[in-house]
Amino acid sequence: MFEVDLLIVGAGPAGLCAALEAGQQGLTVLLVDENAKPGGQLFKQIHKFFGSEMHKAGTRGFRIGEDLVREIAACPNITLWLDSVVFSAIDQNHFEVVHNCSVQVIKTKKVIVATGAIEKGLVFPGWTLPGVMGAGALQTMINVNRVRPGNKLLMVGSGNVGLIVSYQFLQAGGESVILVEAANRIGGYGVHASKIRRYGTNIITGCSVESVSGNGKVESAILAKVDDKFQTIKGTQWEEKVDIVAIAVGLYPLMELLRQLGCKFTMCPALGGWVPVHDERMETSINGIFIAGDVSGAEEASTAMEEGRLAAWSATYDLAKCTKNKYESVRIDITKRLEALRSGPYGIARKNAKDSIYAIAKKF
Amino acid sequence: MEENLKTCGVISPEEFINCKGWPSDERFLKGPVAILECIEEIPCNPCECSCPKGAIYVGHPITNLPTLDESKCIGCKSCIASCPGLAIFVEDHTFSDKEALVSFPFEFIPFPKKGEKVSAVNRKSEVVCTAVVHDIYCAKSNDSTMIVTLRIDKQYVHQVRSCKMLEA
Repeated sequence: MFEVDLLIVGAGPAGLCAALEAGQQGLTVLLVDENAKPGGQLFKQIHKFFGSEMHKAGTRGFRIGEDLVREIAACPNITLWLDSVVFSAIDQNHFEVVHNCSVQVIKTKKVIVATGAIEKGLVFPGWTLPGVMGAGALQTMINVNRVRPGNKLLMVGSGNVGLIVSYQFLQAGGESVILVEAANRIGGYGVHASKIRRYGTNIITGCSVESVSGNGKVESAILAKVDDKFQTIKGTQWEEKVDIVAIAVGLYPLMELLRQLGCKFTMCPALGGWVPVHDERMETSINGIFIAGDVSGAEEASTAMEEGRLAAWSATYDLAKCTKNKYESVRIDITKRLEALRSGPYGIARKNAKDSIYAIAKKF
Repeated sequence: MEENLKTCGVISPEEFINCKGWPSDERFLKGPVAILECIEEIPCNPCECSCPKGAIYVGHPITNLPTLDESKCIGCKSCIASCPGLAIFVEDHTFSDKEALVSFPFEFIPFPKKGEKVSAVNRKSEVVCTAVVHDIYCAKSNDSTMIVTLRIDKQYVHQVRSCKMLEA
């Protein structure tokens, strides 16, 4: 049996930052990730991040990942298990992990689940044809695997993921991008849309994909205008020749481990769907089980990093490894930075959603 | 349907009125100067930290739109690569009687070469004119954001915001 103070499931930005904070406070940490490399989504984020200097604004995502991984390696209290899956929660202190081809049982005092989020799908005739994929999958292929799976992209969805991946597809040598958005406004940042408009991308609002067809692979798509209830407007269909269709319609939390534990959830559309109930300390409805990052609601890497730090400090305080004053001062600082990231017209919906989840948590 | 930043990705003339990063006509006549085409309140301030002359102010909260102090700005282009939204440009109306220089961020390979003729495009990717690449540079701190400066006919200076991607 492998015993630690803190088990962290997921070594993306939230898990990495959590491990560093806890490790630096003297906790023994086991950080587990199912992938061959740590860093989560950071390594495919080749664009520069927004935010403040504290959030490493102006730095490309993958460099933030590289820095974090280096710091983890330098911390002796942190054990990192890669290619390892935490597949079972026996109870809140015992977990089973497949590691090095065998099942290991972990005994831990506290847990931070930082398993991130997964892309939503969109169902339409032809959606199973090779060439239809999530926008995140396309991003991994071009930025990490250096494979461009086609030349003429149809991007469905104009949130930041759709806008950024369209730009990166052009950077990868893609020929053209048509971006459709069912709503009548672009969902993501105006500046991301401006970038791709400079290079010939056609952004069509009030429009969706009706069907995709081809001989064993994507060859064309039928697009149609939609009304404000997202219903197809008859007679507005037209065909575009495309060879990739990327779906960027949102993310939702990956919560299987939390379900096994019996954590409570709440439906929160602004954060992706079912979200685990948690308080401002990042603790779930089960004592000692914390969450951080996109699993606590689909947001962004910068909020993930801050939530990871916050969850780690909450676990550290609960293990009596820091004073109340220290914990309170750190908690207040991190909370201020999270509020800054959730401010402005793009942040307010997420801020309100988080506040409503914290309010629900008070009842448990 | 109204064409503005959120409906089609291109800032409309009306939206530019609220933009605090646009220098006055008088300032353009004095030499190179930065233009911050940033009109949305996003938590973001690397432009402020990047200016060696303190000419860009965001302050707190960091959702504030950046304001350009045109008297402090020397048009050094340090801010161009710092903007994650690629929304900063530098124009120099004093290059010659007929020509101006416009500098913008460029993140595609192949990079244009100095002296090369390229197609200068506007915010909608429409080719505005042919231009000569006056200068290119990429400081290490720019982290792969190339700064391209084009020499163009002065009448197009407020329109040109990039060049067409080059053939590999």
